[in-house]
Amino acid sequence: MTENALHTAGRQAAATATGTPAGSASTSGAGTSTVVGPPPGTGGRPPRPTLGRRAVAVADSLWRPALVLAALFAAWWFVAAQEYVPNYLVPTPGQVWTTMTEQWSELARHTLVTLYETVLGFVLAAALGLAAAVAIAYSRTLDKALYPIVLFAQVIPKIAIAPLLVVWFGLGLTPKVILAVLIAFFPVVISGVAGLRSTDPELLDLAATMGAGPWRTFRKIRFPNALPHLMAGLKVAVTLAVVGAVVGEFVGASEGLGYVLLLANGNLDAPLLFADLILMSAIGIVLFVLVEIAEALLIPWHASRRAGVSLTTS
Amino acid sequence: MTAAPARTGTAIGMAGLTVRFSTRRSQTTALDDVSLDIEPGEFVTIVGPSGCGKSTLLKIVAGLVRPTSGEVSLLERPVRGPQKEIGFVFQKAALLEWRGARANILLQAEMRGMDRTKAARRADELIEMTGLTGFEKALPHELSGGMQQRVALCRALLHAPPVLLMDEPFGALDALTREQMNAELHRIWRETGTTVVLVTHSIAEAVFLGTRVVVMSARPGRIIRTFPVELPAHRDYAQVMSDPRFDRLATDLRGLLGSAAANH
Repeated sequence: MTENALHTAGRQAAATATGTPAGSASTSGAGTSTVVGPPPGTGGRPPRPTLGRRAVAVADSLWRPALVLAALFAAWWFVAAQEYVPNYLVPTPGQVWTTMTEQWSELARHTLVTLYETVLGFVLAAALGLAAAVAIAYSRTLDKALYPIVLFAQVIPKIAIAPLLVVWFGLGLTPKVILAVLIAFFPVVISGVAGLRSTDPELLDLAATMGAGPWRTFRKIRFPNALPHLMAGLKVAVTLAVVGAVVGEFVGASEGLGYVLLLANGNLDAPLLFADLILMSAIGIVLFVLVEIAEALLIPWHASRRAGVSLTTS
Repeated sequence: MTAAPARTGTAIGMAGLTVRFSTRRSQTTALDDVSLDIEPGEFVTIVGPSGCGKSTLLKIVAGLVRPTSGEVSLLERPVRGPQKEIGFVFQKAALLEWRGARANILLQAEMRGMDRTKAARRADELIEMTGLTGFEKALPHELSGGMQQRVALCRALLHAPPVLLMDEPFGALDALTREQMNAELHRIWRETGTTVVLVTHSIAEAVFLGTRVVVMSARPGRIIRTFPVELPAHRDYAQVMSDPRFDRLATDLRGLLGSAAANH
């Protein structure tokens, strides 16, 4: 739920930047006038936040978590440097940095492998999950046949399937991607079905009286309406895809960050372990931010993403 | 009941409409033997207590709900599935929240595959007529309830439908906005000559707007009486409100609705 907090902070910042209190979205009740007339000079739209204001908003939402992180980092440095814990267990940030730079070319190669597996798994999970969601939302038969299985399949610990996948598909790319797909698929289906089902029935009635076929209704009404749900599911899915890829590498691989992690573990190479962990987290963070950006571009209109500005009251 | 007699010039014909909903435990009759003929250009308002099946009646005319028995015809053709020759306005504006006001109005054109330039011109006319000028790009959440309902009305009128069905369109608005919208709807009806069927809870709204007021009973919904409204075709809101004929009819309706509610 940290991202929600981030949004709220961002929204408040954006609102203060435009000089409007965030809470003034609806001043209904006593307000009765409807025709207020277009706000002067803006053609009826609030001014779009400028780049500078956006930067301020981002900075405002980031400084608090950044401060906490800095404090944790300082604590780590202090503990490691004073050797309260031996360095072969907890290396100093300096040692991790040295390992990272010295073995950079190797680490970068493994990072790319894991990144590739993750992205491939995520994209496949998103495509398959959306297709399944559409099938479930549109067909009563498929809803009854598929949905219980999808829900039940979630009970199977997918990580436990990993050895089986290695037996079936060998040590290459395939088992990792499959595992990533299996893990990331579920949140996409659930959010997709919830999104597609959340369409206002009156809108569907309306579409029927407009004589539109199912494809047009899907494209113009149901799919855009499902996007906010779907994007939330995709954000969960992308972080899970990393888990899938790494676990797949644990079980049997000759490259990738999961493989490096096992190697470093066997050698008691704590600095390499830490460097590896940092790179894994970086993959997750970067992909998450990319999905966030996609969300901001796709659904700027949604309640979770807008500053509270209304043009007319009541 | 036999099929609606195909009289020439009937915009909507309903004959012996009965609707029963069966739930697991019980069967309820929502509408019971409703027959009503509406001429082109009429403005028929339907009043009745909550849950009397008024909305169901509109949905049957639109072809969205099938009656258990009875016949409906729209523009002389029997209603079998969802009808395209109508504009429908709900109590909620039911706008697409990712589209601006103008784009929401143009949804009608896109869904129907209407000619783009023609639709755009028509949308601009409607925007001007309903006082939405300046808010063309505003998203629904940036608009007040009244403005949202104007957008919904424009959307329903974009394809110049011969019949407009309105299901408590102003029910969620405050009293002042509602009066304003009533006056506007009256003007639009006069200017376009559309046949309108409007379902409402408000006696004042029913009398001010209607050329005929249909009163329905509580569940099961039946037509108790139909009143012709003896007011001039061109009505001014303030004048109508102080007109003795308005008072008389409103009193009659109130009495009838009171007794209708008390009997059930």
